[in-house]
Amino acid sequence: MAAVAPPGHPPASFRCRPSGRYPAAMDTHLDRGGPAQPLLTLEGLQKHFPIKGGLLGRTVATVRAVDGVTFTVEKGETLGIVGESGCGKSTTARLLMRLMPPDTGSMIFDGEAVGEGNAGGIALRDYRRQVQMVFQDSYASLNPRLPIEDSIAFAPKVHGVSDTEARTRARDLLAAVGLAPQSFARRYPHELSGGQRQRVNIARALALRPRLVILDEPVSALDKSVEAQVLNLLVELKEQFGLTYVFISHDLNVVQFISDRVLVMYLGEVAEIGPVDAIYEKPAHPYTRALLASRPSMDPAMRRTSPPLTGDPPNPVNPPSGCRFRTRCPLAEDICASSKPIMADLGGGHLAACHIANPASGHSKAGATA
Amino acid sequence: MSAALKPEAATPLMRLRDVHVTFQTRDRTVHAVNGVDMDLAQGEVLCILGESGSGKSVTLRALMRLLPKFAKVSGSVEVAGRDVMAMSERELSRYRGGDVSMIFQEPMTAMDPVFTIGRQIAEAVQRHEGVSRSAADARALELLELVQIPSAKRRLAAYPHELSGGLRQRAMIAVALACKPKLLLADEPTTALDATVQIQVLLLLRELQQKLGMGVIFVTHDLGVAGEIADRVAVMYAGKVVEEGPVAGFMSGPAHPYPRGLLNSTVHGNMRGKKLTTIPGAPPSLATKPMNCSFAPRCALAEQACLDAIPPMVELGGDRRGRCIKLG
Repeated sequence: MAAVAPPGHPPASFRCRPSGRYPAAMDTHLDRGGPAQPLLTLEGLQKHFPIKGGLLGRTVATVRAVDGVTFTVEKGETLGIVGESGCGKSTTARLLMRLMPPDTGSMIFDGEAVGEGNAGGIALRDYRRQVQMVFQDSYASLNPRLPIEDSIAFAPKVHGVSDTEARTRARDLLAAVGLAPQSFARRYPHELSGGQRQRVNIARALALRPRLVILDEPVSALDKSVEAQVLNLLVELKEQFGLTYVFISHDLNVVQFISDRVLVMYLGEVAEIGPVDAIYEKPAHPYTRALLASRPSMDPAMRRTSPPLTGDPPNPVNPPSGCRFRTRCPLAEDICASSKPIMADLGGGHLAACHIANPASGHSKAGATA
Repeated sequence: MSAALKPEAATPLMRLRDVHVTFQTRDRTVHAVNGVDMDLAQGEVLCILGESGSGKSVTLRALMRLLPKFAKVSGSVEVAGRDVMAMSERELSRYRGGDVSMIFQEPMTAMDPVFTIGRQIAEAVQRHEGVSRSAADARALELLELVQIPSAKRRLAAYPHELSGGLRQRAMIAVALACKPKLLLADEPTTALDATVQIQVLLLLRELQQKLGMGVIFVTHDLGVAGEIADRVAVMYAGKVVEEGPVAGFMSGPAHPYPRGLLNSTVHGNMRGKKLTTIPGAPPSLATKPMNCSFAPRCALAEQACLDAIPPMVELGGDRRGRCIKLG
């Protein structure tokens, strides 16, 4: 017994072809604006959650989960979003998927305003057919009472694909994510391992042939050896199906591996955004620098002696005035408390919301690192 | 407080020999730990690395005798020269918290939500040292300062839910250190923390360990965490230690195919555009007692001999050992 066939690796013959398999009705996700037009443009997106309290159930405070976030997702790229808990990355993901409406702000999908089907935009139902999501908890996001094949076929059926066609598609997708359909199709979620379940969730997200897939911590609950398998699969599927990813994670190494551009969030705001190499090699925001320096090194000879930051991220209920990072920032000055930094353009699509990056801000170190 | 904890040469602080743990319920049996031998010197930090289901947390709980009644534990467990397996309930309650204490991944569930932080620390001190309430309260304040909680005096009166994740974890460390344990068991204490907070807690643990001279067994699945804190590393797979050795040698080149695969499949540095090396397949089910190398079905180097018997631990020199027939 020389080599044992590794379960979870698809034989090459099982790969799905990128197109031509699905009925015409489902193949209409055509590129409208051309490659230069962003797939998704978000402008001033805001979501606050009221905290009710007291006898009368009045609003006693507001969690400013996402507070004026602006960015674009380009066609065919992977945009990584990083940040600590409470920074608003998961709320952003839910807003992108329109699982909740934003308070204010606009979302434009390939030139069409999202949720305004009557006013010349794209209706939510059509939008959601083109944008799908994979969640962190692979078990909670599958129906425990449906065989996985039925879970994958469910959405296409809702969108008008025939039962047999939806089933064929589910089996093709199972093969594409490396689960042999003949042995897996009729299994229930509890009969699978975490990695296998996450593959099913990815297959389900692809069942509608979306253009944009939002991955909210898709590998965080997986063991390292399985994480690598799923990351390789995601890279492979992206190419195979011509997808665009928004990849949300707290793991900086994973984000560096998979992203073309990276967005760093802090307390509901964008701290820095730019091409992956610029963010990792020339971070302009002190928070990004601290975040990168907080990664444990695998080399015991390179052990840190002092932590890059002290304390925990503040509560998004009452964020600090001015720059929200100033309470933990080693370089904070008076200006940081009194005025909110603008996004300073560092060239090449690299933007940072820090007074130091903006030569005209009045910070004593302004322009020094830019 | 470190005077009583001076290292005594040659007597290991902890000694596990051939420890087995099986969970037996009506409908299934799980062989969680299958013959673990492990030593810990005084004042040493050992990281047990492994994926979920490898038996690392169960081993820790066996050391504390915290496993449920339906768990069958066999083998010998010695801590500071005492036989833990033979302890009575009464001895155990002195042993737990007194000689050995433990910190967990989720401080929110490990602490009592209806008592203040100060009370929970003082309770442990009163219980084990029989001191007065006011002396215990003073000790609680000292401990909160030791774990570097800002405005410690005010925080004594705080309930666990009022603290942030990082402070809560520090408070749990304070509870664990209340009775100056000789051995601290840490079960993924930084896994649930944010990156910038995780490094703070790791550095704090390292500092406290050096200051107090405790032995620490730190369970983690994160190679980076092991790199930051460990003196020695033991890698577990399917309930067995497959490789053990000093951290520097391990990180620069593991000997056993499993940790080698683990190190290669961990994303680090700039690996963009490269295909990640993976370990195919998934860990084995533990329904049957392993009779051969449990890693063989996923191992690229496997051959017939791997399936015939459980490979022995091979000495590799430099205090390193590996459980693979290809070694040595």
